[in-house]
Amino acid sequence: MSEIDQRDGINRRKVLECMTWCGTGVLWTIAGGVPHSLGIMGEAQAAESRGLTFLQISDSHVGFDKPANPNALGTLEEAIAKVNALPQKPAFMIHTGDISHLSKEKEFDDADHIISQSRLDVHYVPGEHDLIDADQGKIYRDRYGKAAKGAGWYSFDANGVHFIGLVNVVDLKAGGLGNLGNEQLEWLEADVKSRSASTPIVLFAHIPLWTVAQDWGWGTQDGAQALSYLKKFGSVTVLNGHIHQVMQKVEGNVTFHTARSTAFPQPAPGTAPSPGPMKVPDDQLRKMLGIANVTFKQNEQRLAIIDSPLQG
Amino acid sequence: MLRPIIACSVLGAVVGSLLAGSVLFARAEGAPNTVTIDNFFFTPATTTVKAGTTVTWTNKDDIPHGIGSANNAFPKSKALDTDDSYSFTFSAPGTYQYFCYLHPKMVGTIVVEQ
Repeated sequence: MSEIDQRDGINRRKVLECMTWCGTGVLWTIAGGVPHSLGIMGEAQAAESRGLTFLQISDSHVGFDKPANPNALGTLEEAIAKVNALPQKPAFMIHTGDISHLSKEKEFDDADHIISQSRLDVHYVPGEHDLIDADQGKIYRDRYGKAAKGAGWYSFDANGVHFIGLVNVVDLKAGGLGNLGNEQLEWLEADVKSRSASTPIVLFAHIPLWTVAQDWGWGTQDGAQALSYLKKFGSVTVLNGHIHQVMQKVEGNVTFHTARSTAFPQPAPGTAPSPGPMKVPDDQLRKMLGIANVTFKQNEQRLAIIDSPLQG
Repeated sequence: MLRPIIACSVLGAVVGSLLAGSVLFARAEGAPNTVTIDNFFFTPATTTVKAGTTVTWTNKDDIPHGIGSANNAFPKSKALDTDDSYSFTFSAPGTYQYFCYLHPKMVGTIVVEQ
């Protein structure tokens, strides 16, 4: 993603390059409605102050200590150090879930301690790992979801962009994929109904809203229903995590993008017997973890997204 | 020409069924009431037990899993971290479909016989 053509958007080669990546973060630029992936962090500076820049991190899995990464808290700290080293401070951060590995108070404490060092407002959505305490998500909701609806969904506006955080990890059905559920879908329909079609929309949730790998459950059962409410909008960007690797797809007015984990990589679909944590040589790990930076620029068609690995 | 072939096939079939018999016997003697979670699969996918048997699931993955049943036919487990187990005693005969409530693509069946 180091070559960016901001006039033509992302060509097939860049998308493929993007898909081979697995790592640290994504820098997003919202320009006139459609998100745009810029490349590595250094280039994000070039996008600079012409619009809104925010950051996405995902899948911190604080508490994970298995061979794929015995120190997930350490790599989260490296990711936040990378955020702090950005020449231009992002407006805020979104975290697309799996903050913790096992929903323990201490894991959330440790995550909060590190993430707060960014001194950024953080907008969270939960991953399935964040809702497995005895009370099925009470710890998460008390910490991050006080102002949210239902299991933790909400929306907010920044610089004319409408952000929507969705929860697709609750009440999963046997044999199925991620699930939004009727109550949330109705809320979403009402939330966007009165907004003008020129409002750029950024939708974020843990599990990909489009089907990345059916066999591995990497998709959302009623994701298409959610997207049907957004047809009138010229620019829709969907940011997800869960799959611990960068993937991007553009379909009509919608750009889909997944961010790297800060904890451990997962295999590309079809390349391993299961989607579980992938053990890579130690010197490769930080090339497969990362963060994402996103910039919105007025009067441009796309958000610029820069995925940058912790290393390399 | 034909006779040795037939003899061989008959012998093969006999040996085959003996082997099959011993495998079945070994499974019956072993632990037919345990389900292993490995690589995001329940193994075996279908477990058949007599009523009153306690079935135990053990997670061998580096990722937590959770046991939930269709229509809440039996209580769901707490999230199982690596090497954690969950047990439930099936007293009523029937077919119980279950799945991982964190990764619902993972499904299995317990058949409880009289």
